[in-house]
Amino acid sequence: MSDKRADSVAFVRDTFIAEQPAPSSATGVVKWLQDNLFATWANGLLTIVSLYVVYLLLTATMPWIFNGIWNTESLAQCREVLDGSTGACFSVLSERWNQLLFGFKYPPDQYWRPTLAFVLMFAALAPVLFFDLPRKLLVITALFPFTAYWLIWGGTILTPLFALAGVVVGYFVYARFVKNSFAAGFFGAIVAALVVWMLGGQIIPENANDNALLAAVPSRDLGGFMLNMMLGLTCVSLSVPIGIALALGRQSNLPLIKVICVVFIEFIRGVPLITLLFVANVMLAYFFPPGSGVDLFLRVVIMITMFSAAYIAEVIRGGLAALPKGQYEAADSLGLDYPQAMRLIILPQALKISIPGIVNVAVGLFKDTTLVSVISMFDLVGMIRGPILASTEWNGVYWELFMAASVLFFVVCYGISQYSQWLERRLATDHR
Amino acid sequence: MKKTVFLGALTVAGLAAGAAAAGTLDDVKARGKLNCGVTTGLVGFAAPDANGEWNGFDVAVCRAVAAAVLGDPAAVEFVPTTGKTRFTALASGEIDMLARNTTWTFSRDVDLKFTFVGVNYYDGQGFMAPKALGVSSAKELDGATVCIQTGTTTELNLADFFRANNISYQPVPIETNAEAQQQYLAGACDVFTTDASGLAATRATFEAPGDHVLLPEIVSKEPLGPLVRHGDDEWGDVVRWTLNALITAEELGVTSANIGEMSAAAGGNPEINRLLGTEGNLGEMLGLSADWATKAISASGNYGEIFEKNIGESTPIGLARGLNAQWTNGGLIYSPPFR
Repeated sequence: MSDKRADSVAFVRDTFIAEQPAPSSATGVVKWLQDNLFATWANGLLTIVSLYVVYLLLTATMPWIFNGIWNTESLAQCREVLDGSTGACFSVLSERWNQLLFGFKYPPDQYWRPTLAFVLMFAALAPVLFFDLPRKLLVITALFPFTAYWLIWGGTILTPLFALAGVVVGYFVYARFVKNSFAAGFFGAIVAALVVWMLGGQIIPENANDNALLAAVPSRDLGGFMLNMMLGLTCVSLSVPIGIALALGRQSNLPLIKVICVVFIEFIRGVPLITLLFVANVMLAYFFPPGSGVDLFLRVVIMITMFSAAYIAEVIRGGLAALPKGQYEAADSLGLDYPQAMRLIILPQALKISIPGIVNVAVGLFKDTTLVSVISMFDLVGMIRGPILASTEWNGVYWELFMAASVLFFVVCYGISQYSQWLERRLATDHR
Repeated sequence: MKKTVFLGALTVAGLAAGAAAAGTLDDVKARGKLNCGVTTGLVGFAAPDANGEWNGFDVAVCRAVAAAVLGDPAAVEFVPTTGKTRFTALASGEIDMLARNTTWTFSRDVDLKFTFVGVNYYDGQGFMAPKALGVSSAKELDGATVCIQTGTTTELNLADFFRANNISYQPVPIETNAEAQQQYLAGACDVFTTDASGLAATRATFEAPGDHVLLPEIVSKEPLGPLVRHGDDEWGDVVRWTLNALITAEELGVTSANIGEMSAAAGGNPEINRLLGTEGNLGEMLGLSADWATKAISASGNYGEIFEKNIGESTPIGLARGLNAQWTNGGLIYSPPFR
């Protein structure tokens, strides 16, 4: 303090100190690490252990994946090439990819047909899933089942055309009568459609499939992941409307309808899916004379649809029960009749509540389609467990095949789940 | 979207109900295709290749029958069946015959009402152990852990064998064959037991097949053969004698290589002549053409050729003929005479 001048005053700062960067321990990577990974010594220990486990996993799997062989013709050759080193034998995928995707009997020169149907599926799903799109696009959705049927099964175009005609006639009958009463429109439409289909069945000649533009492919020749997709999509889209009807029927005041719905739901839910599939495959074969049974694919679709419809009905019933009684009374007080009240007030809210549950059933159902491998249909898992693992070239390849199957299923199921989360955010109208 | 098909099928079902009573042979001829039940996939016995063509030891029987009846070994609709669906598929008439490594047992023959037309493979339950274990006989397996598929006859046979020899074992129950292979390789059990043909096929897929030995004991009888429904003996005869024709052809030295020459004209051996239809009217008695057996043998060769091509020692499966050698070579394969 000896150099303190007499005229000096208490220190007054007249400039700002230049901004300093935050200390290295309070910013950037270090801070993040400290906060998230090494906050306490216990966390630090856990982090180190986890890193070690991740390291072990990666060192075990990465060489196996990156050292994989893609271009040999059999497992034995694969092992020769690897010569004792670690590596996957992905050759089975590059050689049999078409069987994994389409089954082993779908004619290879026709692969473009299911592929095209797959692409069209996105165009058809878009207007349903993303309802901000113009409503006119729904025409594509309405036409998709018939187009896809024609593309995948081939044969005469008359079959899907008559099927479409039945639906169109049914729609017009519905539109004509629905003003008088919903029931008249609904049942009138069904009868009209049935009449058209019967007529179509009579008109289409026996040998119409012989020289069709697209060669006919019997259901038995379908397989692979295509079969899973077809079963999943058909059954989910059919079981949602049926599930709604069952849920409403279960709440009905009419004892007969109520009893039918309750018995159906409880019976189906009390039976494992695999049992229903055996019934579809085995029992129904006894009821029809040899060689004339209903198509196996159709039998399986009916059984899986019944199964998932029962579950979806219960999910939707949960949604209906969650609505306050005031909503029902509000609808009544506006003078709406039952169908109007349901369509305009109750169901939009109930379905919104039910979305997570419905998606849950849909994802489960999609994965359950692999059960058809037990009744000798060659879906993705059936192809792997049957023909591919039983070929002399590839007997013994497990990890590669089942990993490929998991990846395919994961992509689809994760996509569905992401969509449902988006949908819930989009539909959220309550105040948070 | 398939409702039209459904309704159409319903009407057809009503119409066809009356027609179903005709004989299977006539049905097959009218249809122009043989519906043959096979497994969904078993190495060497039946599996489709990369082009979707079915191949294998059991498949060859289907092809031979199709060739004998319809003259075309490709006129077969292969209907894959699982262990659970195979018998109902046959009983309901969905398939005309079943060639699916099915063991001929009393209850299947009598109670389920099927006719086993013969045996095309004599199998039996065996054991596989790592060479390092140093056992040379199943009787030395006292205290061993054994990988075994649950709910199969293998399980019961195993218990019987160990009890009869008064030795103890520790079963490791396992659901599927694939899982059993993995467990065995991982060392979860000392010994793996299943049908001997299956053991050989499994061993062939190992990275080092030489490190594992098949023990000499065979602890059960598993005669595998094609079968048809009870109640249509004419059809049963067709399948039975087609199989016998393949066996007799090997015995008499008729192969796919020399059959063209042998069937062209009657030769010196009367039985070959009767078999190939250059003499007598055996084909007519079956309701088939005179050269039915010629076509059946041309389809994929005689019994020995089929064996060698699909499961024999030149294939990765590498099964020795053993019990399945001709009776003249000390095996059990034996056909009644063509007379």
